[in-house]
Amino acid sequence: MRNLLKRKGVQSLIASLLCIILGLLLGYVVLLFINPAGAGQAILAVIRNFLNVSKANLQLKNLGNTLVKTAPLLMCSLSVLFAYKVGLFNIGVAGQYVVGAAAGLYAALQWGWGWLPCLLLAIALGAVSGAIVGMLKAYQNVNEVISGIMLNWITLYTANMILSGVTEQASPYTLHLRGNADQAILPSLGLGNLFNKHQYITIAVPLAIILAIVVLVVLDKTRFGYELRATGNNKNAAKYAGMAEKRNIILTLMIGGALAAMGGALLYLTDFEQWSVGLSSVPGMGFNGIAAAFLGGLNPIGAIFSSYFIQHITAGGAFVDKSMYASQISDLISSIIIYLCGFVLFIKHAMNTGLLRSEERAALRKQKKAAQAGNPEKGGES
Amino acid sequence: MSADTMQLIQQFLLLLQYTLIFSSVLMMVALGGCFSEHSGVINLGLEGIMVIGALGGALVMRYLPAETSGLVMVLLVMLGAVVFGLVYSALLGVASINFKADQTIVGTALNMLGVAGATVLVKAINTASNPDNPSSIIEYGIPRQSFLVTFKIPVSVEGGAERFLSFEFNWFLVVAILMLVAAYVVLYKTRFGLRLMACGEHPQAAASVGINVLKMRWSGVLISGIYGGLGGICYIMAAVSQWEFERGVAGFGFLSLAVMIFGQWKPRRIALAALLFGLLRALSNVGTGFAALQALNIPGGVYNMMPYVICLVVLAFTSKKSRAPKAEGIPYDKGMR
Repeated sequence: MRNLLKRKGVQSLIASLLCIILGLLLGYVVLLFINPAGAGQAILAVIRNFLNVSKANLQLKNLGNTLVKTAPLLMCSLSVLFAYKVGLFNIGVAGQYVVGAAAGLYAALQWGWGWLPCLLLAIALGAVSGAIVGMLKAYQNVNEVISGIMLNWITLYTANMILSGVTEQASPYTLHLRGNADQAILPSLGLGNLFNKHQYITIAVPLAIILAIVVLVVLDKTRFGYELRATGNNKNAAKYAGMAEKRNIILTLMIGGALAAMGGALLYLTDFEQWSVGLSSVPGMGFNGIAAAFLGGLNPIGAIFSSYFIQHITAGGAFVDKSMYASQISDLISSIIIYLCGFVLFIKHAMNTGLLRSEERAALRKQKKAAQAGNPEKGGES
Repeated sequence: MSADTMQLIQQFLLLLQYTLIFSSVLMMVALGGCFSEHSGVINLGLEGIMVIGALGGALVMRYLPAETSGLVMVLLVMLGAVVFGLVYSALLGVASINFKADQTIVGTALNMLGVAGATVLVKAINTASNPDNPSSIIEYGIPRQSFLVTFKIPVSVEGGAERFLSFEFNWFLVVAILMLVAAYVVLYKTRFGLRLMACGEHPQAAASVGINVLKMRWSGVLISGIYGGLGGICYIMAAVSQWEFERGVAGFGFLSLAVMIFGQWKPRRIALAALLFGLLRALSNVGTGFAALQALNIPGGVYNMMPYVICLVVLAFTSKKSRAPKAEGIPYDKGMR
């Protein structure tokens, strides 16, 4: 048991579960304050999500909706965790996601490109966006968090300006791809049929999962990944060992940018949502990606589950009794969970010291027992 | 005076009015960030603190009886915003100072929590008083008047009729200037301020001469809560008489970060940076009123993004010898050197 608890993965899992449970609990307390009558039901509604509807068909449809939004979130969280392995906090993920969404939509609607070129353009521009942050960091020592934040807003305003050329008449929303740019909709390959003919389920979902595995392999099994992790652990040691630290920083952020931008394209090229050029804040998807990355213990496979979980409760918010509570209660819960994720290091530290102490105590007990067992003999001798 | 000239003057007055109020907001919030960073804690949660501060002030306006006298109203609204901002910033303090949490994660969480929390709360209040109103809007048209002094200057326009030039003076401008003076004096002229800044430069050295680093960092974070809360209420009352809390504060917290960096963490420069960025924000709102600017046909987005572009360029050229506090963002560890 003790050996199991010492394993890093197990510790991360416990810490994440603790965050989730505490987050749900605090959310429940907030609901109790607002209206004690329906609090229990509301929190159950959030947790159940698609299970709130009784028909199997509708359940599948709702599960499908959640999955459509899980794919981009997973991509954003991969972007964050990839950069974090090198010790970089890619807060620019929110803007890179916007780059992907805008590039995909614009190429589809204005130039009539097919889905693959749209996706590739999004990835390329996302990489450029990441490279700007990376080069500023590597050559000019600009903190990547600050430059990322600045780029987030620059990107948002640029996207709004560019996309205002392809909106519906007298509406801030971009045109639907269906009917206007059918060639740009991601292929479904029959996957939609698995979810009760879900028209928005496309290759985006399996693609995101495959990329999670690719990221895992790159980080754990390749020389490049090893160098990145080494740079993250000790920048100077990596440099003295002959690793190209600057190149690695730029490459990492480029890959991070590409992953996030691909996420943006993977959502908007399904036609599930329309972009509003009236947006006055950077969309929360990227920031939720930060949450998913940390909740998943900074592990790509963990990120699959944490991304799904976050979208699951977000969608679940739609099922609370609107006459008592706001659907944003699920946003509240997920932001509490992110806040608690900040304590993960502390939780792990507490677990480790706790383990050490109990080991010490066990060792002491053993000594005592040995001493007690030894005493009568000694007594016998004297 | 011809009608055209008059309209031009009116547009300038409007631009001035917006510039001054937006600059006040940016300056106050940036000064808050300045206190927090000088103590060694990066406060990325300013956006969230602004939302919660705005909520505090708006709630005071919603629940105070309308016949409350102007001065009492102004003071209580500011107190509400300050208290809410202060309490909310404590969330950053606990996590980043006592539990050594990652300040970037916590700041990001506070931004999301601010908007989500305010939305849930306001919607709950609205639906409780009227089940058909599930919006996240608080109205404060009447109490807002306590903050304003409207000047009307009579002008005789060619062709007869007398018209008025109008200018709204907002008491928050005075508050902002007082807060600027206070920040300057506290940071540079008091023992407390110098000690606070020492904790952001080299906390271990500060501790070695008997300064309580944790206490100083807590002070820095809480002061940023006060400034951020005031900035928040000032922002939502700048131009409108109701606020939809779902919308947050449209990036003003992040814009303030840009102001702080462009101002190189120094109060006087922050004030100048706030004026410049405030003007750009104002141009994006009322710039289309000028024929000359309209002819240039610059979309509002360009004005909105300029501050961030300027900030990024400045960062690119100054970060090698940055004026940022040296120890910001690093949790205090007694044993480190």
